[in-house]
Amino acid sequence: MDAILLQILNGLDKGSAYALIALGLTLIFGTLGVVNFAHGALFMIGAFCAVTLQRVLNFSYEDVDESQKDFLGNALKVKTPYVEAWFGPEFGGAIIDWAVPLAILFAIPIMIAVGFIMERGLIKHFYSRPHADQILVTFGLAIALQEVIKYFYGANPIQTPSPEALSGVANVGALIGMDFVYPVWRIVYFFFSVVIIGAIFSFLQFTTFGMVVRAGMADRETVGLLGININRRFTIMFGIAAAVAGLAGVMYTPINSPNYHMGMDFLVLSFVVVVVGGMGSLPGAVLAGFMLGILESFASMNEIKSIIPGIDQIIIYVVAIIILLTRPRGLMGRKGVMEE
Amino acid sequence: MFGLENKDIRMLLVVAVLTLCAPFILNPFPTDSALAQFNAGYPDLMQRFVIFGIFAVGFNILFGLTGYLSFGHAAFLGVGSYSAVWMFKLLSMNVVPAIVLSVVISGLFALLIGFVSLRRSGIYFSILTLAFAQMSFNLAYSVLTPITNGETGLQLTLDDPRILGVSATADGSIPVTNLFGIEMRSTYEMVVGPWAFQFNAGYYLCALVLLAAFYLSIRIFRSPFGMMLRAVKSNQQRMNYTGLNTKPYTLAAFVISGMYAGLAGGLMASMDPLAGAERMQWTASGEVVLMTILGGAGTLIGPVLGAGFIKYFENIFSKINDQVLHSWFAFMPDGLEDFVVFVVHPFIGKGWHLTLGILFMLVVVFLPGGLVEGGQRIAKWVKTRKGNDDETPGKTTPAE
Amino acid sequence: MGILEVKNVGKRFGGLQALGDVNLSVKENTVHAIIGPNGAGKSTLLNCLVGKLIPDTGSVMFDGQSVLGRKPFEINQMGISRVFQTPEIFGDLTVLENMLIPCFAKRDGAFSLNAISAVSGQKDMLETAEKMLVEMNMADKRHMHSASLSRGDKRRLEIGMCLSQEPRLLLLDEPTAGMARADTNNTIDLLKEIKEQRDITIAIIEHDMHVVFSLADRITVLAQGTPLVEDDPQNIRGNPKVREAYLGESA
Repeated sequence: MDAILLQILNGLDKGSAYALIALGLTLIFGTLGVVNFAHGALFMIGAFCAVTLQRVLNFSYEDVDESQKDFLGNALKVKTPYVEAWFGPEFGGAIIDWAVPLAILFAIPIMIAVGFIMERGLIKHFYSRPHADQILVTFGLAIALQEVIKYFYGANPIQTPSPEALSGVANVGALIGMDFVYPVWRIVYFFFSVVIIGAIFSFLQFTTFGMVVRAGMADRETVGLLGININRRFTIMFGIAAAVAGLAGVMYTPINSPNYHMGMDFLVLSFVVVVVGGMGSLPGAVLAGFMLGILESFASMNEIKSIIPGIDQIIIYVVAIIILLTRPRGLMGRKGVMEE
Repeated sequence: MFGLENKDIRMLLVVAVLTLCAPFILNPFPTDSALAQFNAGYPDLMQRFVIFGIFAVGFNILFGLTGYLSFGHAAFLGVGSYSAVWMFKLLSMNVVPAIVLSVVISGLFALLIGFVSLRRSGIYFSILTLAFAQMSFNLAYSVLTPITNGETGLQLTLDDPRILGVSATADGSIPVTNLFGIEMRSTYEMVVGPWAFQFNAGYYLCALVLLAAFYLSIRIFRSPFGMMLRAVKSNQQRMNYTGLNTKPYTLAAFVISGMYAGLAGGLMASMDPLAGAERMQWTASGEVVLMTILGGAGTLIGPVLGAGFIKYFENIFSKINDQVLHSWFAFMPDGLEDFVVFVVHPFIGKGWHLTLGILFMLVVVFLPGGLVEGGQRIAKWVKTRKGNDDETPGKTTPAE
Repeated sequence: MGILEVKNVGKRFGGLQALGDVNLSVKENTVHAIIGPNGAGKSTLLNCLVGKLIPDTGSVMFDGQSVLGRKPFEINQMGISRVFQTPEIFGDLTVLENMLIPCFAKRDGAFSLNAISAVSGQKDMLETAEKMLVEMNMADKRHMHSASLSRGDKRRLEIGMCLSQEPRLLLLDEPTAGMARADTNNTIDLLKEIKEQRDITIAIIEHDMHVVFSLADRITVLAQGTPLVEDDPQNIRGNPKVREAYLGESA
């Protein structure tokens, strides 16, 4: 029982990342009708927003501290981040420590801007082109973006720790009368993604803007006939989808040190998630994201691996293939979306 | 001749001349000159040109004709490589059985994957092929280690049985791949003045296979079967209501292009007898998509051009460094020179993929027909200009 | 006994009874028109005949064989060709290639791995296709991209493609929908010519009464998924039930 619960928990953080990326992908697909292979790159850019902020906060000046000597007896050079100098070691140190959560504030405008530029500059020219062209051009964009990141940040993963206070493990089992521990940050990540998903759904559900977007997803022409400028709203939704992917990336950095190809790694799986959930279905994307994340974590249990070796490597693909063949529209796909 | 139309024969001849004379064409600069680093006439590089050419020609039969965009074709290349290496391990170092086996096995593998994937079309088909390829890649890395040797990759050893050959040569080393005794690595170097041209047996084998593969693809393009494949791309509904079953057509195209990929994989292993899982990764599948699009999907010669173009510039670009740039822009004032080098720097050397990504976007946006369309546009432009020149005097003559 | 016998066919979509209890008999070498107001189930019936839909009840026999459960391409190979409301042609191919494909489909069947011999070497196929192009008055357009043809030419091409298969039954789904008067008249003339010169049965779904009364030997009126009446054109004109259900609406 403990083991099962632990596996579910283990699946949640990856599942959250899948769900967030897939949510954006399917939102873009449902609104703009574009298959965006560069969406993984947005996730990666988000992660590098966190890296950048952390680096910026750590900009330091060097001081010679006469009170400390190295083993040769020379005065020691001490690096002090400007932030600590300005705000005092205590508060400044806290800011540096909380760089990753702070990066959220920093990432939102950047990601929305990146999304707008991408949509206005490139993707809008591809609305009426075949899906193959959309895949190809966004694939090219994804390559270019990841190479730009590689150029500036190098090829190695960059450690980006979570705040000290959230970095340990918590005895989660104690809450339900059992005994197992779980990393605090992963719990944070899960709740963070739940909040984001909830925010997106309530935005679409309860605001007029969201209602128009939903109506447009269901029947673009009719909404257009009502004299509503649906394209402008869809552009804004692209920005929001980019921000969601970016935030997913920001918060994921302490779980997995970001590198330039993390976007591509997640992209393939996120596409599988979208297709399993059903192209254009938001609840489907979230459901499939968590489902596949949890399945993946179950498949990596030793007990299961000993029965079917290698199952952990392929479970997602196997599930995807089975679902695509038995339920062509995915779990919650709408009729008429992408059938031929 | 060869059952081809004149223009197709011309095209075949162009490819034949290009491939067979590649050791000259690709080595235009004397060995000692500063520009020698832009020579590309080295056996392993030339082998890569033609092997990827074969891969892309095959991919084009599926994507160019039927419009089904597979994102998993590298899996067949990988399977071909593994099969060939196993043949070298078990049977003999002769490349013929190895290549035959790699084509057969990858064909069977393509039949299996195609049968399942082709039950869906459009984006779903792309995702299914992607999923299958990633699955194969992951399996090759993990559970299938006894067959694939996992991360290390499959290599020849001195203990391999090689029933029809020897486990080890007289001097105790691993035997080399050969074609009925002609060693694939044997290279004849022809020195003409300051130039050195290399003629490699393995390269010529690959080149001949490319010519055969290209010839076959011309025949397929011009055949009723090829026409049906284009019809599948154009209008499946009309196909069905014209009494044609689209499934076997697409499946046949899928298997044929899978066999081409297996052939490329087999040749790759024949030139250098090892096989690794990374050959199956989806980015490798993406590469062949790039080659085909860049050259011109659906055209005959496009994929060959695309493969050559990408592999050539990959090699050249990664050789250029800041020093070279400075020497190029030395004529500029110092500040400007540094600035230009600074701007160009990200796109060269290790930045080749950045250039490739941007180039690819530009092609998809502005030149969907790839290099072939570009060539046609230039030809048309030249023609109309010429036409105008001819016309103007023609018009004025009566007035005189 | 007609070449096409539709017996007690019913089709339901969720709560909607699209076809109630349709009985229809199309005699060989006649032109049989199926008319009816919008939503009468004309298209549903047509889709049941060509294998796109499978009816819930009843039977569809073509020349003594059931078509039910067969795929569209199999039904086509039995000898039923279909012309669509908006012309369905191979837009990326030339006019000549468009005409060649049904010729190959007729000769080689639903699938043939004829991948080595060149199309240009198949003289007999080229001849058949060229002949049909001449008949359709399109020979001068043979090398045009078929997507760039005018609407009327696309329609002619599609009809020509169907005819080159020498079908026994030609199904036309509102062949003049959205056409200008002149194009409509051209199409009527073309169909009249086909009717006179060939051993062919034509079933036509049509909105335009002018077209129906110029061509049809027999008319079935559908209303709300069931045949209201089946009779000769002159009797249909005078039938009060039909006037009420259909003609009255447009009058």
